[in-house]
Amino acid sequence: MSKVGIASYGITKFSKDDSKIESVLLQSTKKLFDNSPNLSRNDIDAVLVSTNNNSKYLSAVLSEMSGIEPKIAHSVESLCNSGTNAIVSAYSYIAAGLADVVLVCGAERYDSPGQILEWDNSRGEFKHPIFWASIFTKSYKREFSVTDEELAIVPVKNHKQSHNNPNALSEKTYSLDDVINSKKLTDDLRLHDCSRPCTGGASILLASENTCKKFTDTPIWITGIGQKTTSAGFTKNITFSSMESTQIAATSAFQMSKRNITDVDVAEVHDAFSVCEPIALESLGFTDKGKGIDMIKELHTTNNFKINPRGGLIGAGHPLGATGIAQTIEITQQLQSSANKRQVKNAKIGLVHNMSAAATSSTVLVLER
Amino acid sequence: MNFDSELEKGNFIIAECIHCKKIVWPPSEFCNKCFREVSWRKGSHEGKIIEFSRQNDAYFCLVEIENSIRIMGKISKGIPITGQQVKIEKCGIKDDNYNFEISLM
Repeated sequence: MSKVGIASYGITKFSKDDSKIESVLLQSTKKLFDNSPNLSRNDIDAVLVSTNNNSKYLSAVLSEMSGIEPKIAHSVESLCNSGTNAIVSAYSYIAAGLADVVLVCGAERYDSPGQILEWDNSRGEFKHPIFWASIFTKSYKREFSVTDEELAIVPVKNHKQSHNNPNALSEKTYSLDDVINSKKLTDDLRLHDCSRPCTGGASILLASENTCKKFTDTPIWITGIGQKTTSAGFTKNITFSSMESTQIAATSAFQMSKRNITDVDVAEVHDAFSVCEPIALESLGFTDKGKGIDMIKELHTTNNFKINPRGGLIGAGHPLGATGIAQTIEITQQLQSSANKRQVKNAKIGLVHNMSAAATSSTVLVLER
Repeated sequence: MNFDSELEKGNFIIAECIHCKKIVWPPSEFCNKCFREVSWRKGSHEGKIIEFSRQNDAYFCLVEIENSIRIMGKISKGIPITGQQVKIEKCGIKDDNYNFEISLM
């Protein structure tokens, strides 16, 4: 099977702007074209749009507005991991020989309908994500004797890192006290523990091995893909202190890439809420169960940007359909040594972890230069 | 019978597959193992707390009923603990959402 690589990307600044979804899609696509002098509209065989927005026919709309007449054009929606799902679909079209070059464009508005899964009635009146996050946090704290103060390191670290990300929603840094004293949403969750919905777009260009080289001298290869959906309803999770779908997806991604977790130099993990970062690190295999916080403390104290260099979802903001693509762009920049102040030294192998609806679905990608 | 219309009347019913001898949750007209039609029966109102937290002064919890159904509801009064036995005091549909009021036992 021919390799599939990342040939170019474009990203907008994440904001609270009241922009039309079509405009956000177009902005990041324009940036991708600006970054790809050798790319012509005729090169693009497929246009995939990743979003939870209710507007219809967006891939055809984006194609028309960009002057592209693709063979394949459609949307991909899977709540918060729509972005990596669209990347996996693009990969599959190329690997199957149905397309040679695919434009994947993710976008969301700050008022995305994807934040609430109306179908999940087992949550009763507690459908907002802060409630599953509270249950996860409570469960994790009790099982591993972790405190609110320890979990507060996650937003402190991630806002510190997003301070070096010009496209991040957050432009502030916070102290542990700032996090602890931020608005209490529930007994187990404070405002600064939460990633924030926002308006943002991220585009990526995938191409087959030979074609990639036409657009870039430094293609980044997708060498591992793992995906798992265990359920749709949050209450079906076996535990609330680990992520089963993430663990299974990571195993598949490492199997495909013939790599393992110790090979990973840099990773973007889905820190929708503070507690998600240690749980994700544990479920991906970076560290033992209950030890995620120790790893995060160590990284923060030594100013090591290995995990969530762009600031993760908490620092960068979380425009659902764009998130997985923005995470993949960050790892691409890291592996191309073009991440400026966020650069993790000598990063050769990277990982993306993107999940949906309380980890009922996860995607893990392994990227290499 | 239909779960939503019964819940609206304040009745908590359970979908069960006689063939697979299992409860089908979330409620559905077909078994998710064999796709046969489910049968409906009155559900137990008793369960145990899997996890809980609190928003303002109101505790909310995740409750497991008959070892397979999990729902989130509001605790009417008292301070819960994990594993504690509880019962559904009241149920219904409010603002298009299932609504469960849980009391500690």
